[in-house]
Amino acid sequence: MDTAIQNREEKAVVFEDVSLRFDEQVVLDGLSFELDHGATKVLLGVAGSGKTTILKLTLGLMRPDSGRITVLGQEVTAMRETDLFELRRRIGMVFQESALFDSQTVEGNVAFRLLEEKVPEAEIQRRVSEALQFVEMGHTLKLFPAELSGGMRRRVAIARAIVSNPEVLLYDSPTAGLDPVTATTIVELLVKQRDVYKTSALLVTHRLQDAFTMATHVFSHEQNRMIPVPPGASWDSKTSFMVLKDGRKLFEGGAPEIANSDSEYIREYLSP
Amino acid sequence: MSGVPYRMAFSLTESVKGNVLAVQEYSILSWRGLANLFSQPRYLGDILQQMDTIGVGSLPIVILTGFFTGAVLALQSANSLARFGALSFTGQLVSMSMVRELGPVLTSLMVAGRNSSGMASELGSMQVTEQIDAMRALGTDPIRKLVTPRLTATMFMLFFLTILSDLVGLAGGSAIALLLLRLDLNEYWTSAWQTLRYADIFMGLIKPVLFGYIIATVGCYYGLSAKGGTQGVGRATTQAVVVASVFILAVDLFVTRLLMVLLGPL
Repeated sequence: MDTAIQNREEKAVVFEDVSLRFDEQVVLDGLSFELDHGATKVLLGVAGSGKTTILKLTLGLMRPDSGRITVLGQEVTAMRETDLFELRRRIGMVFQESALFDSQTVEGNVAFRLLEEKVPEAEIQRRVSEALQFVEMGHTLKLFPAELSGGMRRRVAIARAIVSNPEVLLYDSPTAGLDPVTATTIVELLVKQRDVYKTSALLVTHRLQDAFTMATHVFSHEQNRMIPVPPGASWDSKTSFMVLKDGRKLFEGGAPEIANSDSEYIREYLSP
Repeated sequence: MSGVPYRMAFSLTESVKGNVLAVQEYSILSWRGLANLFSQPRYLGDILQQMDTIGVGSLPIVILTGFFTGAVLALQSANSLARFGALSFTGQLVSMSMVRELGPVLTSLMVAGRNSSGMASELGSMQVTEQIDAMRALGTDPIRKLVTPRLTATMFMLFFLTILSDLVGLAGGSAIALLLLRLDLNEYWTSAWQTLRYADIFMGLIKPVLFGYIIATVGCYYGLSAKGGTQGVGRATTQAVVVASVFILAVDLFVTRLLMVLLGPL
């Protein structure tokens, strides 16, 4: 079998030479990358470097001008909108501003996909309760999004994304605008999702400390919290970094590589 | 090529392209909104909820508009008819005007003012806060979930609202006939009833179905294409009402002419 075809089938997400421009502005310029099953890729870059666009392209919410995007073995770029709905049910997305349905309660928001799939009522209640317990929001079932704080809305959005056990999760700046304590709680949830359910994920973030926390921590079942990977341990967090600049991939690699990168741009980007 | 002529030509081309794209997007939305009715899944609960919002919610304005239109129509027509000693034709005139023209058009304009704006602002708010994208991301077709129920409910309820408006309009006319013109009520209602033919009723009841389609598709289109935060939602709301109202009046002219040709002189 052709290596490229085999790659598309074996990887969770594959971008091949993807380009997109809005009028005169180049957003993505021949971008290629792959995401392994069970791995997390952190997308870094300045505002407007195309990070959120990558997530929307992955879901088929936007179309590239050229290139091929394959998600879970299906070529998103060749599918019609009506055919994409089936694939999207296997993917979860957490939007930057949460994008909760403001006319529905927390319960309605989290249960939305299950109701669409005509899951039995008892099963819906069990899974909604489980998802909300996972993000420690079990007490908010009957509240409306407007009654929640920013961090709580973000956690409900995560519960909505994971309730159907998706194979790929897309996080768009899940910690943006949150205080450090709440942001750490959210990162802990992402680590928990990665280590407990082995879900593949693309994470867009501006907060470098969150990205490094993801790469250097592991979820401990015994302590029910994330803990730093012990020094010298051979544990692989399967978390890698990709830095974007002017629509192109400037860097791709693990935490040690990015920390020791020779690139002046990356050093400047990483500097506090 | 450079300078002002080039910029003008470029701007004109962009404007034409933008308008062609808008017509294309509106056509696709309108078609899919209707076609979804004939395939699963159907959101019956959402359709009923929209029927309540659009139909029952519009009752007060439709009743008031119908009543006062019928009343003023009786007053104005009596003024003209009296010159020819034909005051007894007031019932006929009110009946024909209400059933064939004013009932459907004014009811639709009222519903457009209330519901096209409501749809544009509701869907526009969802659009600018990424709730529409979230719905697509959750594997649900927003056209099927949001547009089709509004389209179905508006077409269905506007039909019955128009019948109610016609009836209330005739009642308004009868109130003027009795209280100001001192006409016999029995004569008013008999002439109003007997002058109507099936073709008049057909014309008066096909229009609200078409106008309902316009109200819902225009409202949903402007809502789903809203851009630019709350200001964009406000703009979409205004545009939806204006465009829907103009569409209704323009389509009314063409449909009336077409039906006159198809059904013969009325």
